[in-house]
Amino acid sequence: MIKRSFFGLAKPRLEYNILPDELPEPEEISCSENVTLLLSTFLEQTDKTLSVKEGDKIKTGQKLFFTNDDAYAISSVTGTISSISPFTGDFGASYTAVSINLSDNEEIDEQFEKYTKTSSPDTADTVRDFLACVPGNLPVNLLINPEKPIKTIIISGCDNDLLIYTNQYIIKTDIASIKSGIAILKKITGADDIIIVLPRGFKHAFGDIDARISTIDTGYPAASPNLIMRNILSRIVPAGKSFEDYGVCFITAEAVASIGRAFTSGKIPVKKTITVINKDESVKLAVAEIGTPLRDILSQLDITLNEKDRVILGGPMTGTAVYSDEHPIMPNTSAIMIQDSGNISHVSDYPCINCGDCIRICPAKIPINMLVRLLEAGQYEEAADHYDLYSCIECGLCSLVCVSKIPIFQYIKLAKYELDRMSIAEAIDERSE
Amino acid sequence: MSDQNKFIVSHAPFWHDGSSITQRSYHIMIAALPAVLFGILQYGLPAVAVVSFSVSCAIFWELAMNFVTKRSLTIGDGNAALIGFLFAMLVPATLPWWAVLTGTFVAVIIGKQIFGGIGSNAFNPVVLAIAILMISWKDLFDFDEALLNYDLGFTMLYPIAALKHFGTASIEAFTAGDLLLGKQTGGIGATFGLGLIIGGIYLIIRGFIRWEICITFLIGVFATALIFNLYDSVRFAGPVFHILTGYTLIGAFFLATEDSSSPVNFIPMLIFGAGAGALTVLIRNIGAHVDGVIYAILVMNLVNPLLDKIRPKAIGKVG
Repeated sequence: MIKRSFFGLAKPRLEYNILPDELPEPEEISCSENVTLLLSTFLEQTDKTLSVKEGDKIKTGQKLFFTNDDAYAISSVTGTISSISPFTGDFGASYTAVSINLSDNEEIDEQFEKYTKTSSPDTADTVRDFLACVPGNLPVNLLINPEKPIKTIIISGCDNDLLIYTNQYIIKTDIASIKSGIAILKKITGADDIIIVLPRGFKHAFGDIDARISTIDTGYPAASPNLIMRNILSRIVPAGKSFEDYGVCFITAEAVASIGRAFTSGKIPVKKTITVINKDESVKLAVAEIGTPLRDILSQLDITLNEKDRVILGGPMTGTAVYSDEHPIMPNTSAIMIQDSGNISHVSDYPCINCGDCIRICPAKIPINMLVRLLEAGQYEEAADHYDLYSCIECGLCSLVCVSKIPIFQYIKLAKYELDRMSIAEAIDERSE
Repeated sequence: MSDQNKFIVSHAPFWHDGSSITQRSYHIMIAALPAVLFGILQYGLPAVAVVSFSVSCAIFWELAMNFVTKRSLTIGDGNAALIGFLFAMLVPATLPWWAVLTGTFVAVIIGKQIFGGIGSNAFNPVVLAIAILMISWKDLFDFDEALLNYDLGFTMLYPIAALKHFGTASIEAFTAGDLLLGKQTGGIGATFGLGLIIGGIYLIIRGFIRWEICITFLIGVFATALIFNLYDSVRFAGPVFHILTGYTLIGAFFLATEDSSSPVNFIPMLIFGAGAGALTVLIRNIGAHVDGVIYAILVMNLVNPLLDKIRPKAIGKVG
C-alpha cells in the first residue's frame, strides 16, 4: 500500500517496478485438472453454434470457434471438454466458458503448422485466424483493418501498472522472438515505424533490431498509451478518437514475442508469463498455460487465500477483482495480485469535499471535482460534454488520493459504459425506424 | 463450491493513500492549538468555556441535523468540531453563551447543512456565522468593550479598531514584535501571530491546506496596504501592521483555505487569495467595518465557482 507522505505538499510519486539485474526465475506452473477457455461471444445467441461440444476430445493448439463469428479460442492443453457454459465478466462483458479436463498425453494440433509450411502462406490471414489469443493479447482486428491502416506500432516493454514486469522480462529473455515478431508485423501491416518503449533505467543490449527504442519516465502512469502518444509521438489523441484513427497500434512485448515464437516453432504459444504479487507485495514470475485456474498457480507458489481477501487480475491501479479462485488465466492477464483482508481499503459514499488532491494529481488535467458531482448524480452526458469525461486515461490516481474515498475511477468507467450502452441503443432505434 | 472462500470484489484501484477527512479535520485543529492555548493562557477560564462550549454546540447541531434529515451520522469526520473550534478562535473570551449557541447554529446548520453538508457549502460556515453575528449584535464584537475587565500588561486596545477610530497615531504603541507574540487584544485564537504562522506552515507542509491561497492572501494584504501606506502614511497603517492584526493571519491560514468554498485550480487559487487579501485592506481602510477579513472572504466565496472555471485544458479536449 502506498501511504500518503508526511510532506503532503508534494504529489505522491508511484514508480514502476524495474526488473532487477539478477533475473528472477519464473515458476513453471503445471495445471492440475482442467483449464477454462473464455470465448468472447455469448453462448445463448441462437444463430451461432460452437465448433465443439461436451465430451469432445481436444488437442493442444486446436481452434474452438463459433460459426458466423470471428471470436475464437485456442486450446492450451490436450483433453476432453467437460462443460460449456455462459460466463459474465466485468461491466457485463459476456463470454462462453469452455472447460477442458486434461488427459495424460499431449497431442499437438497440426493445422497451424500446415498453414505456415504451405508454399505461399498469406501471413496476415494466418495471424488473424490463429494468433488472436496468444499470450499478451494480440489486437488482430486493430492491426489488420483495411479501413484504418496501421503506420506505427508501439511495443510496450513496460506494463502500465505498478509492481508488474512481465513485459520487461520477455524483452530481457526473448529478444530473438521479438525480432522475428517485428518482421512479421511489418509484413502484415506495412507499418514502417516500430517503436519499443522501455522504462528509463532498463538496460538491455538489443543488437541489430529493426525498431526504434524509446524510454519513458518511470513514474506512473507514463506507460499509459495516451501519455506515450503525447511524449514520444508528440501527438495528442482528441477525446473520443482512437489510436487506430491515427494509424497507431499498441502491442505488448509479450504478444510480439508470441508471434515470433509461433512462426519459428510452427506451434501456437499457449504459455503466459505472469507477475504474481503476493500479500506482502513481494513479486514473483510464473509461467502457466492460458486457462489455468488461479487456484493452481497460487497453491504452487504457496499463497494461501482466506475469507475476505481480494484476488485481482492485473495490478493495483487498474486490475480487476474476481470473485473466485477458479477464474482462468486469460491471454491479457499480465499479473495476479493477492491482497490480505487486513490491507483492503474500502470506498465510501461520502461527498466530495473539494480538497483538490485529485486535480493536482490527474495526468489528464480533468476537473474531477466537478466531474464526480455529475457522475454521482448520473448525469453522464453532461459530464462528457462539459467536464472532459472522455479525456480520462484511466490511471486510477484520483481514487488513490481521494480524501473522501470516493470510487471516482469506478464512476468514470461506469459513465463510459452507460454512455456506450446508450449510443448502441440509439443506433438500434434508428435502424428500426 | 460450498467451501469456497468469499473474496472482496471491488473496482480498481486497490490501493488508497490512507488520507481521510477525519485526519484532515484533526490536523487543522492541532495546527490551531498553539494559538488557542495562548488565548486560554491570556484570558483564563472564560476562554476555556467558550472554546469547549462552541465545539460541543457545533457537534450537537450537526448531530441534531443528522437525526432530522435521517442521514448517517457525520460527526465522526471532525468537521463540526473544527467549525466550533475555529468559531471560538474568532470571538472574544467573554462572548455570552447564547451567542455561541446561535453562532454555531448559523455555522453548522445555515452555513453547511442546508447546502447539503460537507463539501456542498458555498460559503465558509465559520465566516458566515461570524458575519451574521457581527451584523446582528454589533457590540459583541467590540473587543475593547468585551475585554474591558482584563489588564494583561499591554495596551488593551483592539489595534485595528484603534486605527479605524483614532488614526495611525494611536497604533504607534504596537510594535511588530509585540503583535507577533500576541501582545494585543482580540479573538481567543486570533491574536498570537507566531502560533498561527507556525500552524499554517505545518498545514502547508502536510498538504492539508493549499499554500497558493494563504500566500497570495498575505501578498494581497501586504501589497494593498503598502499602496495605501505609500499614498498617505498618516491616514493608513503599514502593511506589517495589517498582516499582524485583526483576523488576517487566521483568515489566511484557517478561513480562506476552507476546502469547499475555495477554488482548486492553480490560477483561480491565486486570484482568490489575492482578491480576498486586497478586499480585506480595502474594507479596513476605506470601508465602514473595522475588520475586512470576514466580508472579503465571503465575497470571494461568492465568486469562487466562476473563478474555478479558469482551468487547464484537459488532454485531448475537443473544442
